Amino acid sequence: MPSTQLETGSPKLETDLRELAEDIVRRAMRGGATAAECVVREGDEFSTLVRLGQVETLKESGSRSIGVRVFSGQRAASTYSSDFSPASLDRMVKSALELSKITSEDPFGGIPEASQLGSLTGDLDLYHEDVYSLPGPDRIDYARRAEKAALDFDPRIKNSEGGSFDAATGHKVLANSRGFVGEYRRSYCSVAAVPIAQTEDGAMQRDYWFSVARTLSKLESPEQVGKVAAERTLRRLGARKAKTAQVPIIFDPMVAISILEHIFEGINGDSVYRGASFLAGKLGQKIAGDNVTIVDDGTIPGGFGTSPFDGEGVPTRRTVVIERGVLSSYLLNTYTAKKLGLKTTGNASRGLAGTPGIGPGNYFLQPGTRTPKQLISEIKEGLYVTEFLGHGANLVTGDYSRGASGLWISGGEFAYPVEEITVAGNLKEMFFSISEIANDLEFRGSVASPTLRIDGLTVGGE
Amino acid sequence: MDTFAQLSPRSARRHLILVGKSLDKQLPDKQRFFFDHYGVTENDLEHYLAAALSAGGDYADLYFEFLSSTSLMVDESMVKSASQGISAGCGVRVVSGERTGYAYTDDLSASRILHAARTAALIASAPAKTPVAGFQKTAARSLYPVVLPSVDAEITAKVELVMRADKAARGYDPRIQEVRASYSDELRNILVVASDGTFAEDSQPLARMNVSCIAKTEGSSARGGSGGGGRVALDFFFGDKNPEFFAKEAARQAILQLDAREAPAGDMEVVLGPGWPGVLLHEAVGHGLEADFNRKKTSAFAGLIGKRVASEKCTVIDNGTMPWRRGSLNVDDEGEPTQETVLIEKGILKGYLSDKLSARLMGISDTGNGRRESYEHIPMPRMTNTYMLAGQDNPEDIIRSVKRGIYAVNFGGGQVDITNGKFVFGASEAYMIEDGQITAPIKGATLIGNGPDVLTRVSMVGNDLKLDEGVGTCGKDGQAVPVGVGIPTIKIDRLTVGGTAKKDPGGFMQ
Repeated sequence: MPSTQLETGSPKLETDLRELAEDIVRRAMRGGATAAECVVREGDEFSTLVRLGQVETLKESGSRSIGVRVFSGQRAASTYSSDFSPASLDRMVKSALELSKITSEDPFGGIPEASQLGSLTGDLDLYHEDVYSLPGPDRIDYARRAEKAALDFDPRIKNSEGGSFDAATGHKVLANSRGFVGEYRRSYCSVAAVPIAQTEDGAMQRDYWFSVARTLSKLESPEQVGKVAAERTLRRLGARKAKTAQVPIIFDPMVAISILEHIFEGINGDSVYRGASFLAGKLGQKIAGDNVTIVDDGTIPGGFGTSPFDGEGVPTRRTVVIERGVLSSYLLNTYTAKKLGLKTTGNASRGLAGTPGIGPGNYFLQPGTRTPKQLISEIKEGLYVTEFLGHGANLVTGDYSRGASGLWISGGEFAYPVEEITVAGNLKEMFFSISEIANDLEFRGSVASPTLRIDGLTVGGE
Repeated sequence: MDTFAQLSPRSARRHLILVGKSLDKQLPDKQRFFFDHYGVTENDLEHYLAAALSAGGDYADLYFEFLSSTSLMVDESMVKSASQGISAGCGVRVVSGERTGYAYTDDLSASRILHAARTAALIASAPAKTPVAGFQKTAARSLYPVVLPSVDAEITAKVELVMRADKAARGYDPRIQEVRASYSDELRNILVVASDGTFAEDSQPLARMNVSCIAKTEGSSARGGSGGGGRVALDFFFGDKNPEFFAKEAARQAILQLDAREAPAGDMEVVLGPGWPGVLLHEAVGHGLEADFNRKKTSAFAGLIGKRVASEKCTVIDNGTMPWRRGSLNVDDEGEPTQETVLIEKGILKGYLSDKLSARLMGISDTGNGRRESYEHIPMPRMTNTYMLAGQDNPEDIIRSVKRGIYAVNFGGGQVDITNGKFVFGASEAYMIEDGQITAPIKGATLIGNGPDVLTRVSMVGNDLKLDEGVGTCGKDGQAVPVGVGIPTIKIDRLTVGGTAKKDPGGFMQ
């Protein structure tokens, strides 16, 4: 566990939050709750945006909030507050107890059993003070350098939405009436550039690139970020529409992530017990091709989806979700596990209020062995998608339809950029039609995918 | 504007009050909220603004916010979740030229606000400036008077709403197997003061119901959803927009989708039904006309004022002054009264949506569109209620004029890339039109087009302008704000439809 010592420059943040969380739980129990759970969160954020070389915004602040969930028998309710005054905290606990009288008896309600509670030990490498150690002018310089690298890359890059540098730290405490109390800190920093390129006829294209890390020492150089952003923007210039056709489609890693997100939406316990997913009831069955293995692992040191325990105080773990195409596990919290007669997978995610949801840890598709270039070289006519617009996936039916832009592939090479087209199919078939998975797995967030190829989709255009 | 009466929802029977015991606080007085509850004085406010301008700068403002919210959810006919909470804070902004410094605090004590003010002041580096002496109070308006705020109304009445919705959806058809119904409301008290003398207070209610359901038959499932609300109190949901109304609509859509056939793919004629399909305007033109994008020349609409961007049948308005509407505000989040702004008049681009910063830098008038998600966020130009005025055409004639195309009446959300102008919006309920007749329902499909020219292909505009039911939330730069949209039935001569049908029965694919 990270240290419980609090270091902060703010006078009001010196309260021991761990103590506070335990105290709120005690107060709820004294007030008549049969179980209670309290979460406290505090964080600091810094962000700056530099546009065309000038600082445009500079933001710096900290905030905190507290939430309590109580059970009266099997009736649950929750309340939260950003006001930590004794009167306000008192009202928060009383309101929760009051509210729990009007909710329904739910036989599956409750917090985890004591035997399920716990926290990973050892250093998970989630917190580095260095994200906040840079002096103000140096932080601004990060943003400036990223933008400058993009602007200097090519004369067709004439405008910009700016370069940015962000840093944040967060501290989370969770306590419950079964004796669990845990806390952890996480840090984060990122640098990004959003250049705009223009053709002679005035048509503009915008794209972006970024690097994100838990420590400044692992952040890619702003120059590298700016250069990639420029390349990604320039390759879109002169885009045209494509003809309506059925062709093989290559998903760039940043858009391939969306396929994993659809699978997550379909296999999380909440969708499953309600039958809101075509993957409900498919445990042990083949739902994708043999080449597809998907893992959720909340324990990877330094990972963007890593934490020592989940939103209910259950230790995180590694779960193989799909093994060689077979659905081997749903992702669950305590409630959905009980509903399905299974055990929680430690994937509870908790906001300040309401019932815990389900969230991924580090969730990824196992890479293959071939390079993205090899995948592209085998396609006579096809589409390489670099961006999706809209949210057109329906997990109840599997229907899939999204706006897209990217590069047309002809004779195994990129031919020209395309835009204002759609990509449509059905997820039930798409998961079986992932014909190739490349070797380029890289985490730029908690969900990651290599480049992949899917056959049988319809491109809608002229 | 003569459409105003038609657009304002129902009659003014908002004085019906549900009297119930207050769960956790007394009735807030809109005009004195932060003075009474946090002991803020006008002297304090002047002092904070002076600290914000202690290193120079052209302008500073303070945004105080106190938000209380309630939400309830029914699933499997059980009230599984109930929550309430409060969030309060103050954001301090200092503007110097094109630069903005921002800091906020969730602690409304003088020392924390002064600390935030001095942090925001770091953006400037010049001799101190003095705010103008004396505040000019913005004249009070009352687009959504709520005598007893919804958040304090009896919680059991809210429980009744969600339970009624559950029952109505299940009762609609035995194939409706899963129902989730939710109710949420909030009351946001704000105070905005600025170094230019601005002083505005407002008390902004917002309430919403949602129903989603899943219909199942052997071998087939489909979902449907519906919802609505506005800057209204609980009694709104006891009128004609009651739980049964939303529940039946959600159930109807789910049942309909059970028999939907594959949508066609490619360019074709598209007819949009009235109301929520106005999300087209929000994505295709609204965002592109926000002044910040045009000031930075990052919008596909930059430099097009006075030019034709739509057919002459199209007049598009943004209007923050419509009573009870979800996108309406008495004053924007910079303390400026909202207004009705003509964006496109008979096809000609007329103006942008502006906040204070863009108005000053571009030398245009402030249209009262400066909005923010909360005290933690910097305001920027945002839409309020955006709609197209009614035209002359009979909606039935519009359908009859289409040989082969689709008729889309309900949508999920949409998205736009304002730089290249490409936008999408996802149809959740749509039908084939064949030989001027509406035929089979089709599966959900994304429609994609180009903002600066999609409206030039609008060849017919119906006489049936309608606003949405009050469900829109718009996201920009990570900030979410409630908005409204509206549109009459319109015909677009060519738009790309993202279906899968390999060979459409109508035979209009290659």
